[in-house]
Amino acid sequence: MYEIVEGFLEAIRLIVTLDPDVMAIAARSIAISLTATIVASLIAVPLGAAINFGTFPGRKSLINLIQTLYSLPTVIVGLLIFLLISRVGPFGFMRLLFTPTAMIIAQTVLILPIMTGLTISALSGVDPVIRDTLRSLGATRLQFLVNILKEARFAILATVAVGFGRAISEVGAAILVGGNIAASSFASSTRVLTTAISLETSMGNISQSIALGLVLLAIALGVNLAITTVQHR
Amino acid sequence: MHVSRYINLIIMHRRIIFAVAAVMVALMLICGCTGTTTDPTPVEKQQLRIATTTSLYDTKLLDHITPIFEEKYNAEVLIVSAGTGKAIEYGQRGDVDVLMVHDRAREDAFIADGYGINRRVFAYNYFVLVGPESDPAEIKGMQPEAAFTAIREKGMAGEDVVFVSRGDASGTHSKEKAIWKGAGFNYSTDVQGSGDWYQEAGTGMGATLTLTNEKQAYTLSDIGTYLAYKGDLDLVALVDEGDILLNVYCAMEINPEKYPDTNTTVAKDWVNFLISDDIQKEIASFGVDQYGQPLFYAAQDDWEKIGVTEAEVKDPIA
Repeated sequence: MYEIVEGFLEAIRLIVTLDPDVMAIAARSIAISLTATIVASLIAVPLGAAINFGTFPGRKSLINLIQTLYSLPTVIVGLLIFLLISRVGPFGFMRLLFTPTAMIIAQTVLILPIMTGLTISALSGVDPVIRDTLRSLGATRLQFLVNILKEARFAILATVAVGFGRAISEVGAAILVGGNIAASSFASSTRVLTTAISLETSMGNISQSIALGLVLLAIALGVNLAITTVQHR
Repeated sequence: MHVSRYINLIIMHRRIIFAVAAVMVALMLICGCTGTTTDPTPVEKQQLRIATTTSLYDTKLLDHITPIFEEKYNAEVLIVSAGTGKAIEYGQRGDVDVLMVHDRAREDAFIADGYGINRRVFAYNYFVLVGPESDPAEIKGMQPEAAFTAIREKGMAGEDVVFVSRGDASGTHSKEKAIWKGAGFNYSTDVQGSGDWYQEAGTGMGATLTLTNEKQAYTLSDIGTYLAYKGDLDLVALVDEGDILLNVYCAMEINPEKYPDTNTTVAKDWVNFLISDDIQKEIASFGVDQYGQPLFYAAQDDWEKIGVTEAEVKDPIA
């Protein structure tokens, strides 16, 4: 009990005094996961729209497959990306292993299915009257898409939030392809909130773990709170 | 009623498309910016990738000497702390430039297979068998092999005796297997899976000590990590004498003939740096002020004692 209370107080001190280590790790987590979320959004939203509005054989099975991949285990993604980018792997020449870029790739792959699937749900949830109206008014394909996307913007925003939440809170892939490196420069380090918590706890640095945990919790909950607030406005 | 609204929207589509385009451009800019900040190759700084055994990392020895190297050679050191088994695996895959490990037999195989070159021995210390103060297996002061036998016997008999193994193919794990062998047991049939008394942690030395402490069990640790963690542990060193407990750390380059883009210049600098007089002194004095005794001994003058050649501890790589 003493350890928890003491750790908690020290954690608060680390956060309030903006401890440079804690802040750097938090900033790196946000930078990596945000980049992954943006990249995934740029792929998932158009892809989701194409699948939702497209008519092609196997569309239903494809949607089923995407939904199955929601539960893609993070370590499996980590292992897959590791094998692809390790020096002896097919993309080994790019020397990406143990870099933040590798983590961005892994997180992008990880959240792509859920973001694509939720985009499909968001778009198919748009009132059919609006779709029919747009079509009957002779909207071009682009106009049609833009307006449907506009109509579904809150649901898509929620999709982005879900993707970001999954990216920033995963640890399995981050440790496999990132290597949990604490280098002297910000850009070369791959230590993020989740991998740092894992390491610090195993090293018995409980207060550091709690501080990092509180920051992670604040980011994860904060993003969802912001989205909910926007949706209710 | 809705219709007029959508007519308006379509009339205004230029603005909407512009807004969407603007957002896309903004996203791409953010993307591009983070892309450049995460670029791992600053222009003039050379990067050195090291895979290390966890003991050198968990004791913070590397944290201590890395900044000295980075300043002297204008390089950036990236350390992946993974245990000797994983480090060797990273080395075989060409994912790092330098290995820092402590498992002579596997180092020899690694070099014989052509993956590693220029091994230099820079430090040594000893393994200790640690356990709860109450010492339920009564091993205090025994030889390592006899102590292992006693732990196994009591554990198999269902007494409250647990041995936690690293279980991660690390150098420490190799040493543990060697001691079981020395005690006359077949590791995979007599020890592994022989009962609840033998548990594999599958993690680094620091984490294994933390786990052993929680279970009030026995484990084999290098003395350095044990001393660095001792303050947080209710575990005491029970067996610390016996030739088999010697623990020798080396560094070697990954063979550039296997992986031509290995950063050989900085890799050589690093290995030579470790065996230089100044750093040998740093290694020998590291932790003395904090723990009252050194965590590692410099290899430089003790090469005979630890059974390696003089060239391995003294000759800089050309």
